[in-house]
Amino acid sequence: MRDVAIIGVGMAKWGELWEKSLRQIFVETALNALDDAGVDRLDAMYVGSMSSGLFVGQEHLGSLLADYLGQKALPAARVESACASGGLALRLGFIDVASGMNDVVMVAGVEKMTDLNPNEATYALGTAADQEYEGYHGITFPGLYALIARAHMERYGTTRKQLAMVAVKNHENGALNPLAQFPFKISLEAVLNSPLVADPLRVLDCSPITDGAAAVILAPVELAKKLQKPVVKIIGSGHATDSIALAQRKDITWLESTYQAAKKALAMAGKKIEDVNLFEVHDCFTIAEICVIEALGLVEKGKGGQAVEAGLTRVDGRFPVNPSGGLKAKGHPVGATGVAQAVEIVKQLRGEAGPRQVKGARIGLTQNMGGTGGSSVVHVLAAE
Amino acid sequence: MVGIVGYGAYIPCYRIRVEEIAGVWGADAESYKKGLLLEEKSVPAPDQDTITMAVEASRRAIKRAGINPQEIGAVYVGSESHPYAVKPSGTVLAEAIGACPDVHTADLEFACKAGTEGMYLALSQVKAGDIKYGLGVGADTSQGAPGDALEYSTAAGAAAFIFGRQKIIAEVLETYSFTTDTPDFWRREYQYYPRHGGRFTGDPAYFKHIVGAGKGIMAKAKIKPEDITYVIFHQPNGKFPLRAGELLGFQKKQLEPGLLVNRLGNTYSGSSPLGLTATLDIAKPGDVVLIVSFGSGAGSDAFLFRITERIDEVRDLAPKTRDMLNGRRFYLNYGSYAKFRKKIRKAEK
Amino acid sequence: MPTPARYWREIPQRYRLEAAKCRRCGLILFPPRLICPECQSREFEGVKLAEEGKVITYTIIRVPPHQFEDQAPYAVGIVELDDGVKLMGQIVDCPFEELKTGLRVRIEFRKMMEEGEAGVIYYGYKFVPA
Repeated sequence: MRDVAIIGVGMAKWGELWEKSLRQIFVETALNALDDAGVDRLDAMYVGSMSSGLFVGQEHLGSLLADYLGQKALPAARVESACASGGLALRLGFIDVASGMNDVVMVAGVEKMTDLNPNEATYALGTAADQEYEGYHGITFPGLYALIARAHMERYGTTRKQLAMVAVKNHENGALNPLAQFPFKISLEAVLNSPLVADPLRVLDCSPITDGAAAVILAPVELAKKLQKPVVKIIGSGHATDSIALAQRKDITWLESTYQAAKKALAMAGKKIEDVNLFEVHDCFTIAEICVIEALGLVEKGKGGQAVEAGLTRVDGRFPVNPSGGLKAKGHPVGATGVAQAVEIVKQLRGEAGPRQVKGARIGLTQNMGGTGGSSVVHVLAAE
Repeated sequence: MVGIVGYGAYIPCYRIRVEEIAGVWGADAESYKKGLLLEEKSVPAPDQDTITMAVEASRRAIKRAGINPQEIGAVYVGSESHPYAVKPSGTVLAEAIGACPDVHTADLEFACKAGTEGMYLALSQVKAGDIKYGLGVGADTSQGAPGDALEYSTAAGAAAFIFGRQKIIAEVLETYSFTTDTPDFWRREYQYYPRHGGRFTGDPAYFKHIVGAGKGIMAKAKIKPEDITYVIFHQPNGKFPLRAGELLGFQKKQLEPGLLVNRLGNTYSGSSPLGLTATLDIAKPGDVVLIVSFGSGAGSDAFLFRITERIDEVRDLAPKTRDMLNGRRFYLNYGSYAKFRKKIRKAEK
Repeated sequence: MPTPARYWREIPQRYRLEAAKCRRCGLILFPPRLICPECQSREFEGVKLAEEGKVITYTIIRVPPHQFEDQAPYAVGIVELDDGVKLMGQIVDCPFEELKTGLRVRIEFRKMMEEGEAGVIYYGYKFVPA
């Protein structure tokens, strides 16, 4: 297995991109990544997209996007694992380069969500759940996380305020991110007074509907050095699945797939969680971030809410979580999220994150999750 | 000996009061309350229909019967609000109770008497020796046109009866049906609400057939009103059954256990059948019970039962009718009622 | 919206709550599966689920998927039945103020959704306060 580096990153402003089609959004971002890497020919491409089929009626995405990127005959595949599609694409690209099969591989993620009305988009997102035994009963994604939130609050005393503080912190970070969908702060009162979506979760507990893409270029470390790029390596990768149906889990407040994926990624990296300087995690809903930091082992099970309230996850805290603004402020074009997390960590490890820069960032971790934890992909990245 | 082996009832938990409806249309609530002896009626939730209520009532009948549903050889659902115009309610019911595939099923219609028709057919096949147990259900989520007099009484409910030769709780002593062609109440295909002949629905329709069937069965069985413990009539409002009782020579106290309409409304195909379940809930071994249904168009089915010892063993195995009528319930305002009953026109999808 | 075939295939579960019990380790699987996720056995016996249970967690859906627009807002929860099996379902006939973890509920047959004015009507199980 060779060492793998990320030699280029690309991302454009995320939001409701009415004028841009899926392929346009992808190509603009992919070209940014190619330019940043200084390469013009790829050996392979993996694109994460949760459901281009449901959102814009488009399957066969690998071929379409390879063509529009101008990469003739490129081996290209669409990768799907619900909201973990991007993270899984990153893993498959990593394995492709690490194994020696290919040298220069693009890993991208894209989702074009605003061509559907909100109820249709809710349905499309709901396909990450068990259709016959969860979707059939009218549950939605906010609903599933609301079930987790209530259980977490009743068992561990996590408070409504602690959930809201996750959103407030992520917006504070996102306000400094020019590419974020919502680059502005929000107040605690705004979160607590926003309309209910699925009790107890409110609009501002939920990541938004977003159009956007993100891309990274992977190459063996020797090639990175030859190109004289700052070397950021992927030193660990872990992937695990779990029952997608919440009712079939032993403990609905615990993200077992994240715990397993993180264990494997850290073991491969030869690191402990305490060695990691910053984290980009899957805050699709505020409660998710709380559960994730518990599953990663940053805090004891059940203590996630308290950690947030104590400011431990702030950019200047003991373990900075979501310096990019997270899914909440940056946006959540589903398939792109996992790759965008890597883009942020790379920028941070290069020292290019500007006002969002986490001081002394040497080792970063991305955690990307599908559904309510039916899949998790964790990567550990390190600056050389 | 053939008879009822198990019975079950289902009443939704939502209600609306006469005053609430009258207030919206500027009508005089008191005239409905005093004139028709109506106070409130049941309202089905948006996720309930004839089929869902029939399933719950039938499950309760099976609990009381204490039988394996695979032994039910026929399933009949009578209603005037079958959810589909073409696709049987009976098949959903038969699957849900676990009677499929060795079962005969049919959906029945005859205005408010479709329920007793299913009972009659189930009973007849058991008598003929073709099946071991037969299920007959009367269920409706009847609709009344907004602003029409019927809106005060059209309600929702279901009653289910399993007939057989073993484990009988109410032996069938006699049956009799009285039928003529009388256009007192009808609904043409593709029309949403029914129409009726106003006062013509009284003497020439309801009373002629109820009295005809009542007299007919008592003559056939050589029995007099004094020999009958309880009688149940079809209940379109609170006044008609009381007058039917007088015309046939019954006393008010014989009707009381089976008279639900003033708090339940008219559950159409479930009307007299639910009166029967309410009566079975309190009847004692040896009691004689007469039920006379009425369906517009028009006709009446009459059944005469004698209660057996076994009633005491099964009565408490499932919810009782008046416990559902008087128990946990939620009153709606007219807006919620109109929303539940899909009377509000929404944008095209 | 399921297609008629996708709906019909699940009728034994949706109408009668038929489940499978692993002959080796006793785990009850709903819906039934071909292989036990705990002990990998492929031998099962058919069982029916218990009819009552308690609410473990619940929420109120206020922004519904499009097939459920007419029903919103509605409560959905995870219920642990008396035989230990957990399933997701709507909780109906219950004012929202009365919803709580630990509420005793029973299964009732209800309409799930309709395919518009002209399509199939889908039935299944919901929970009502016991």
